[in-house]
Order: sequence, then C-alpha cells, then structure tokens
Amino acid sequence: MPRWPKPAEGSWTQHYSELGTAPMSYEDSISPEFFELERDAIFKRAWLNVGRVEQLPRTGSYFTKEIHAAHTSVIVVRDKEGNVNAFHNICRHRGNKLVWNEIPREEVSGTCRQFTCKYHGWRYGLDGALSFVQQEEEFFDLDKDQFGLARVHCEVWAGFIFINLAPQPRQTLREFLGPMITGLEGYPFDQLTERFSYRSEVGANWKLYMDAFQEFYHAPVLHGKQTPDNYSIAAQQAGFEAPHYRLDGPHRLVSTSGVVTWELDPTMRKPMEDITRGGLFGPWDTPDLGEMPTGLNPARCNPWGLDSFQLWPNWTILVWSSGWYLTYHYWPTSHNTHIFEGNLYFPPARTARDRVAHEMTAVTFKEYGLQDASTLEATQIMLESRAVTTFPLNDQEILLRHLHKVAGDWVDEYRREREEVAQR
Amino acid sequence: MTLLPSEFADLEQFAQTWCLATEHERYAQRLASTMQDMERFYEAITPRAEDAIAYCDKFPLDDLPDEVQNLMYLLYSMIIVSFPVEVWSQPAVPDASRTTLNCVIEPVP
Repeated sequence: MPRWPKPAEGSWTQHYSELGTAPMSYEDSISPEFFELERDAIFKRAWLNVGRVEQLPRTGSYFTKEIHAAHTSVIVVRDKEGNVNAFHNICRHRGNKLVWNEIPREEVSGTCRQFTCKYHGWRYGLDGALSFVQQEEEFFDLDKDQFGLARVHCEVWAGFIFINLAPQPRQTLREFLGPMITGLEGYPFDQLTERFSYRSEVGANWKLYMDAFQEFYHAPVLHGKQTPDNYSIAAQQAGFEAPHYRLDGPHRLVSTSGVVTWELDPTMRKPMEDITRGGLFGPWDTPDLGEMPTGLNPARCNPWGLDSFQLWPNWTILVWSSGWYLTYHYWPTSHNTHIFEGNLYFPPARTARDRVAHEMTAVTFKEYGLQDASTLEATQIMLESRAVTTFPLNDQEILLRHLHKVAGDWVDEYRREREEVAQR
Repeated sequence: MTLLPSEFADLEQFAQTWCLATEHERYAQRLASTMQDMERFYEAITPRAEDAIAYCDKFPLDDLPDEVQNLMYLLYSMIIVSFPVEVWSQPAVPDASRTTLNCVIEPVP
C-alpha cells in the first residue's frame, strides 16, 4: 500500500499520460550521434545557468565558463553600470581564447579593468567594446566599432546568471523557467552565501547522473552502509516513496517528507552526527530564513524534507527544510563523459559550532556523491554493451522518463527543422 | 613550538598530521593513513570535541588566532576520519573505485 496518496489515474506516471509506462531505452545516453545532435538542439538553444551574481561582487569581476557541449567558452563579467554581460571568450583578431591563465582549458575568475589578448594585445572593455588594436594603422579600414566581443544572451533570475547561445532565444528566461520554477522566488538565495564547491569528472553520460539524483529509490540500497545497521535495515524495509511529483514544461520536481534525524533513536545515528549536530540532511540547528515561497513543499508535508527541482537541461536546485540548498550542474564533454559540479550553500556560519555542522554536512555529501559517481561509470559501461536495450522504470522513477523524453523531443524538433530548411 | 591552544595539549601529538587547511589535504591524509592511526586519533579527539567546539566558539569566526584555527582544522579532520572509523572500516569509500569528487571552493575559516 502506498504511504502517500497517488493521483486519481493510479500512479504519478499515468497522471502524466504522455510519458507512457513502457520500458525505457537509454540509447540517447550511449550514442555519439545523439550527443552530436544534443549540442545544437539543446546546449546551443536552452537557457543555461552558469553561476550566481555573488561570483561577480564588483565592477570588473569576471569568470569564464567552459561549455564543451556547445564548443565554446564564455566570459561573464560585471560592467561599470553594474550589469552582468556574457561574451564568447574569443578575440576578434585571430580567434585566440581571450581570457585564460596558464592552461587554456581551465576556467578562471578574477577582477580586471579590461580584457587584453595574450596573443597580440588587443583590448576590450567590460562592455565588450574593442578599445585598442596593436599597430592599428597597419590594418585595412579597420572599424573598431565592428569588432567588439561576440555577445551571448545573458539574463539573471533570483541571483542566478543564465546564458543562451542561440542567435535569438525563442523564449525569455522567465518564459523558459515557467511557473513551477519561478514559484521559488522569495527564497533567500542571496543570504545563503557560504559555499562549498565540489567537482568530478564522471565517465558517464550527463543524463545518467541527472537520473541518479532525480530518484531516491536507490538510496537505501546504494548508500545503505553509510548509516548504522539499525537505520539502514529500517530504511530498506520502508523503501522510498515521495509524496509529490510535478512536471512543468521541460522541468521536473520531486518533493519529499522529512526525517527528523535528532528525534531518531540514537542507535540509528552515527556518533559524529551527535558530536557535530549535522549530517546528510544538513545542520540540526535550522536557521530562521523567514517565510518560504509558495512554490516550496507543494504537498504541504509536515515534517517536510526537501524539494529537488531539475531545471532543463542540466542543473538542479535542491532546497532542504533545514535551511540550506544544493545545486548540481552536469556539463557534458562527450557522449559518455561529463563534468559534475555540486555546490552547497549555507547562511554564513556565525560561530565555530555552525561551521563544524556545515563541514559535517559537506563531507557527508562527498561520501554519498563518490558512490553515486562510481556506480554511473559501471552503468555506462554495460549500457554500451547493448546486451540489453530496454529497462523498466517504476513510479518513483517518473522523472527519469520525463528527462529522456524531453531530450528526445528537443532533438526531434531540431531534426525536423533541419530537414525543413534542407527541403526549401 | 606547539600548534594548538595549551588547553588541548593532549591532542598536540595529532596536530602535525591532521591540522590541514584544505579538504583536499585532509582527504588525501585519510587515504594515506592506516585504520589503526585514524582510530587512535578518533578515540582521542571525540571525547574532547565538545570542549574544542566550545573553546573555538569564544572567538569571532572571522578573526581566529592561529592556534584556534588549527583546532578547527583538527575538528574538520575528525569529521573526515569519522567515516572510515564509524562505517567503512577502510580509508576509502566502498564502491567508489577511482572516482574523485574534489572540493574546489570551501569557506574560510
């Protein structure tokens, strides 16, 4: 018997009938050809989150972002007017990568007054305008106004910086996000500025790692040994059920009820959790962040645990009831590799005790993440065997169906448009 | 030359090894340590952890004297060794093979 009521249709999956209930193929995660299409169909068209405004605290603050899937690097910079601009990271003279230190493929950040190309010294202002050309008189009718940096569409929502690599985005950022995501407005993202950032190079398709974190059915099994036997046995017997799933356009949400760790029998906790008053679910001493936005805890669970929003195409905002949040980014580098970035955001610790609880939470996150990432490599290897080509998914895995369907839909639409253009 | 406040002289024997400024160094030290060494450190520091946290709490977090900062680092190392000691019985996370998950930004202190 389900512990939580399911929709009238009988299951969450059937509630969203377009998903179907048939076994799934993961050909989209093992096919190099499909990945080549995803570059244009998805990563050069969708709004992509590249960071937060706190990373650009003052005039001239900048960072670069490698978007391998779209074959580019982008500079994001705060100009003199306080606006956030994004440009392709390419010098207009001979095509050198404009901003990098020592290692061309590595991302960098800093503060500057202008960008100077390492190759021949061309300079650009924070607004992208070309301001200096070495031996300008040697060129032929060079109009500097025509050679500013190539601009990338850039918009900010709730302090999150998004870029869009399309020549003309089909939707504004707000339209793209839609009501489920914009329902998060009012969450004090700007106050949660203490950040731990983790990075991993994963030998699996980007969607497979999204899959790992958009269902919790695996947790009692894969992570069973993270907890004392009393807890893990109980967790495995209980299994996992979420009280609420929601789809909105290309985006997804799973909301879960909460376990109040400190009310559990002490034999179900690790001693270090008691010492630090922290753990996987976060610090026990929850800060008062004021009223939560209406978009959170849609099932009105009490106690509420977390909401995990999967924003199309490649990132997640996971808000915990204990006053902190996580983001996950999945940046594809090939059909079977990607870079995973996990960021943990807390209200700045005021005391050593707060800081120790945050440390325990961050280190616990890493212990779990290592198990997830490793399992994915094992999955990728065997999917590529094509020994088995369809796989059943249960109702707690509904979000996986949706992600792969949306990826397929975007690629199909792109293919259709390309054929139409070819027929003209 | 001691690294820790005199009140925690009993933990000084672990300071050279475990007062490390970054998560990257602490995790590498964990992987390079024997279970026996980590158990000895864990057994020594856990009964003193509450005192150590309370001691650090007496100082403003953005202006910790060096020896107090070192005590914080020792507490962070206590956390990182707690996983091998409390659950894994080995330094590395089981089933994590050669996967890495590197901490590239962490709060100061």
